[in-house]
Amino acid sequence: MNAAIVSGKTGSPAGLALAPPGKAGDKVFRLLTWLMAMMVLALLALVGWTLCRGSALSLTKFGWSFCVHSDWDPVNGDFGALTFIYGTFVSSLLALFIALPLSLGTAVYLTELAPGWVRQPAISMIEMLAAIPSVVLGVWGIFVMVPWLRDGPYPLLLKYFGFLPLFRSPATGFCILSASVLIAIMILPIITSIAREVFRAVPDAQREAAFALGATRWEVTRLAVLRYSVRGIFGAAMLGLGRALGETMAVTMVIGNSDKISASLLSPGNTLASKIANEYAETLKGIPLSALFELGLMLLLVTVVTNILAHLLIGALGARQRPGT
Amino acid sequence: MNPWYYHWRKIKSSCVSALCLLCALVVIAPLALVLFNLLQKGASSLDLHFFTQLPKPVGESGGGMANAIVGSATLLGLAGLMGIPVGVLGGIYLSEFGSLRMNWAVRFAADILNGTPSIVWGIVVYALVVLPITRYSAYAAGLALGLMMIPLILRTTEEMLVMVPNSYREAAFALGIPHWKIVLHIVLKTAGRGIITGILLAAARVAGETAPLLFTALGNDYWNHNLSDPIEALPHKIFIYASSPFSDWNRQAWAGALVLILFVLALNIGVRVMTRGRTPHLAK
Repeated sequence: MNAAIVSGKTGSPAGLALAPPGKAGDKVFRLLTWLMAMMVLALLALVGWTLCRGSALSLTKFGWSFCVHSDWDPVNGDFGALTFIYGTFVSSLLALFIALPLSLGTAVYLTELAPGWVRQPAISMIEMLAAIPSVVLGVWGIFVMVPWLRDGPYPLLLKYFGFLPLFRSPATGFCILSASVLIAIMILPIITSIAREVFRAVPDAQREAAFALGATRWEVTRLAVLRYSVRGIFGAAMLGLGRALGETMAVTMVIGNSDKISASLLSPGNTLASKIANEYAETLKGIPLSALFELGLMLLLVTVVTNILAHLLIGALGARQRPGT
Repeated sequence: MNPWYYHWRKIKSSCVSALCLLCALVVIAPLALVLFNLLQKGASSLDLHFFTQLPKPVGESGGGMANAIVGSATLLGLAGLMGIPVGVLGGIYLSEFGSLRMNWAVRFAADILNGTPSIVWGIVVYALVVLPITRYSAYAAGLALGLMMIPLILRTTEEMLVMVPNSYREAAFALGIPHWKIVLHIVLKTAGRGIITGILLAAARVAGETAPLLFTALGNDYWNHNLSDPIEALPHKIFIYASSPFSDWNRQAWAGALVLILFVLALNIGVRVMTRGRTPHLAK
């Protein structure tokens, strides 16, 4: 059938080599797909350029003092992002501190210990946790998690560790620590799945060698698996940190949204993302709007840097993802 | 060797194993808790009015989120119009035409864009579309969601196409079929199920996004009759209702959250069931 079509088009068998069919179509199609692929590159440039242009006013007016200044005072036109930078890093690092050990333990359990019939359902459930929209976790955070934290753990923290400046202030529940717990829940799945991949990449010969030396299961895990994948674990942690830094809705809903900086983890705060989210539907102009864009620019920069670091550690940036993972 | 030391090592190993199991349980616990609370509080406040009525003004109880549900569907449609063609065609370029260096650059950009916080997409589209025409609109919100979909779909499309065995392409070339027809009729068809999976997962991810809508959709309590007007969306309505002091709004926020998560999880689970063991010939 194909031969009939081809000969119908070209007229003679000799012409077949001279005029292969569909050359024009190939060119158009290739150009079209090329344009779409280029759009991704253009999009990255566009995002950066838009934020730079938007924050030009604020960048020229405040310069570096924007980063070390903690006043956010629209009335007097004085803006500094220190409170939000502080809030972002404290909440994210704390979340990582909570999530990393749990994720590593889970990944070790799933790759080294779990019986076969547990493995797949457990992995599916962790993937489902990753699929929960941020705003839904936020709703749960407001009505279930925050009241529980406020009535249970926080009074205990105040009672036994109240002498530390970290746990002062009355506990309303809407605070940086609550945000950290919620962020930790959101980054558990990503760290677990990357760590699982890293552990699975450890050659079985490593484990077998350790077993042959008479090591117990924990010693095999520690010596053969964990030590072998230190780099990958750092990568997984960085990737989790990248997610944590940019988390918006759930954080906005439980962090208490205060523009004052405080050493206490139990007092309300704000992150870069939650500050931006709070300003929506305000008709901003000029410097305040520009300062908001600068917050966005900083957020973009920190997430880009952590993501690049993470991928350098895992060695996956721009690489083909392995099939079946 | 001291036999006690041997026992000590065994005990230590068992303890760590138990600890790891405990970690796994703690990781899964939030999922169970969230689902349990959603079913408990959401199901009791879910009624027919929720799906059929507009929101009531502040202070009046009752009403529903009909406009938000339709709005979310509209936005998903707009996002798909933007995200699917660009993502799929871009993915085709990477797997069928691209050079090594170009592919690396595009994948790099896609990975960075995938890691970009969703609120950033919101303010970027705000600056590009909403500010110049001084108008919040469904188009702007759809664009923000569509842009988020592009890198997601591009990466999965490429992954799926690369798995199509080269012998298929070579056989088609040998028959003298033009390259573009080979791609559309043979390569895309073979990988079709995988690509649709990727698209559905991207849709599920974007359907729950709230942050990009804050600066673009604005939201309201009415039906949207014109796509260049503000539009309401389910996640946004949930956010507003959950953060409000009115108990009836809080109740509806739970109902909305239940509907949203059922939709998202149904898509996720459905996709997994659909693809399970169905593409063995691609698994090379």
